[in-house]
Amino acid sequence: MAYSDKVRSTYSEQLKALQDAGIFKIERYIHSAQDAEIEVEFPPGAPLKKVINVCANNYLGLSSHPEVVKAAHAGLDARGYGMSSVRFICGTQDIHKELERKVTEFLGTEDTILFPSCMDANAGVFEAILTDQDVMISDRLVHASLIDGIRLCKAMTDSFKHSDMAHLEEKLILHSDKRNKLVITDGVYSMDGDTAKLDEMVALCEKYDAMLLVDESHASGFIGATGRGTHEKCGVMGKIDIITTTFGKGLGGASGGCVSGRKELVEMCRQKARPYLFSNTIAPPVVAGVIKVLDILSKTTERRDKLEKNADFWRKGLLEAGFILQPGDTPIVPVMLFDAKLSNDFARDLYAEGVYAIGFFFPVVPQGKARIRTQISAAHDMHHLEKALAAFIKVGKKYDILGKTKNEIMAMYGA
Amino acid sequence: MEEIRDVVLEYVRNEYMEDQEDELTYDTALISGGFVDSFSMVSLKRFLETKYKISLPDNRATPEAFDSVTKITALVKEFLAMQG
Repeated sequence: MAYSDKVRSTYSEQLKALQDAGIFKIERYIHSAQDAEIEVEFPPGAPLKKVINVCANNYLGLSSHPEVVKAAHAGLDARGYGMSSVRFICGTQDIHKELERKVTEFLGTEDTILFPSCMDANAGVFEAILTDQDVMISDRLVHASLIDGIRLCKAMTDSFKHSDMAHLEEKLILHSDKRNKLVITDGVYSMDGDTAKLDEMVALCEKYDAMLLVDESHASGFIGATGRGTHEKCGVMGKIDIITTTFGKGLGGASGGCVSGRKELVEMCRQKARPYLFSNTIAPPVVAGVIKVLDILSKTTERRDKLEKNADFWRKGLLEAGFILQPGDTPIVPVMLFDAKLSNDFARDLYAEGVYAIGFFFPVVPQGKARIRTQISAAHDMHHLEKALAAFIKVGKKYDILGKTKNEIMAMYGA
Repeated sequence: MEEIRDVVLEYVRNEYMEDQEDELTYDTALISGGFVDSFSMVSLKRFLETKYKISLPDNRATPEAFDSVTKITALVKEFLAMQG
């Protein structure tokens, strides 16, 4: 037997080290569809508990929307369960091309290519379009999937301080001798909920002849006046060379992602991106569901408008109660607790009060910046938010942190 | 040659230390200590090459060789000496 006790112990020791360090992840089992309220089994074997969910990426509340579910059913009936092939052999249906056209139209780009996930889009795009003659200049807080994609590419790497445009300009000047320059950013940063300065980045990229890639996973469908994304909010629709995004968050929440942008770059991905070439694309029922999502969002801004109103109410309520929040105007509202243990204890007590939220701490966020990241949804009605807010206030009072400064909280809880 | 290590220290502080309260010494572990990520090393390499008019081959500009101001200074001195 190759899996000897010695080999087994190397893994059991690593897993124990994760537990000892307090960073061992435990999953909660949800016995209902994803929604504003869910039924949760936690810990395993415990009776089911109905809780308000404030930690899903279900920004537009479309994960269980009846029209989307119905469209996915119809897609399953009409085009089957799976393709049993990658795209370029016999894995491309008419609905895959229809979805690519609809995404292109929705994002205001030239062309789109689907990927099994945005993680795969980010893993494949850099290697497909850049060589060792080029340079990638990324914001220092970009998402892990972009970092992995950058690592897979032979182009030179560099980074700039988060959202620091003067530093980005220095880097563009430093690398002016490279053939192609690609600046890389998230549209909305998932841990802090802040938004990239895409208008300034576009201006810098135009000045120094660089391309711009934006990961819009936490923006597509709801940021901007009609939900097109951060590029709409910043007034630079049509000026982003590459957008990567997911269908696993606001746009229905199932799975899948894409690269959307300049047609030559999209075609390079179709010819060369390894996660596209060596993996099945999105399954037919999910494709049909995302097409319905885009149809809904193209007809009305009702859902993103409700989300904006909900997020405003939530942010104001928490601030008025005396919590410290990361500044921003997106549905990602991080409640700062600074200390890792406090964030864990706070989340546990919220659950007891019927609110499902998670504490985030190092290494997911920097040391001393532990938090509860809350994410608001258009599925939330006012009574959900009022109840969740009351729970936050009750637990905040228990730990005596309301109205306290960062230093006061750190003095009490030793961050 | 004290000047080189001070120039490098100042560059590292401005380029990489997000929190100016973090202590930075000549021997602070820059890469293994998590202050400088491997993506950003290229800036440091290009800065040294421009400032001191040297060329550092990739097999010498390693994370280990760039892991402290003292080590970086030694590398720069070595290449300056080679150029005479």
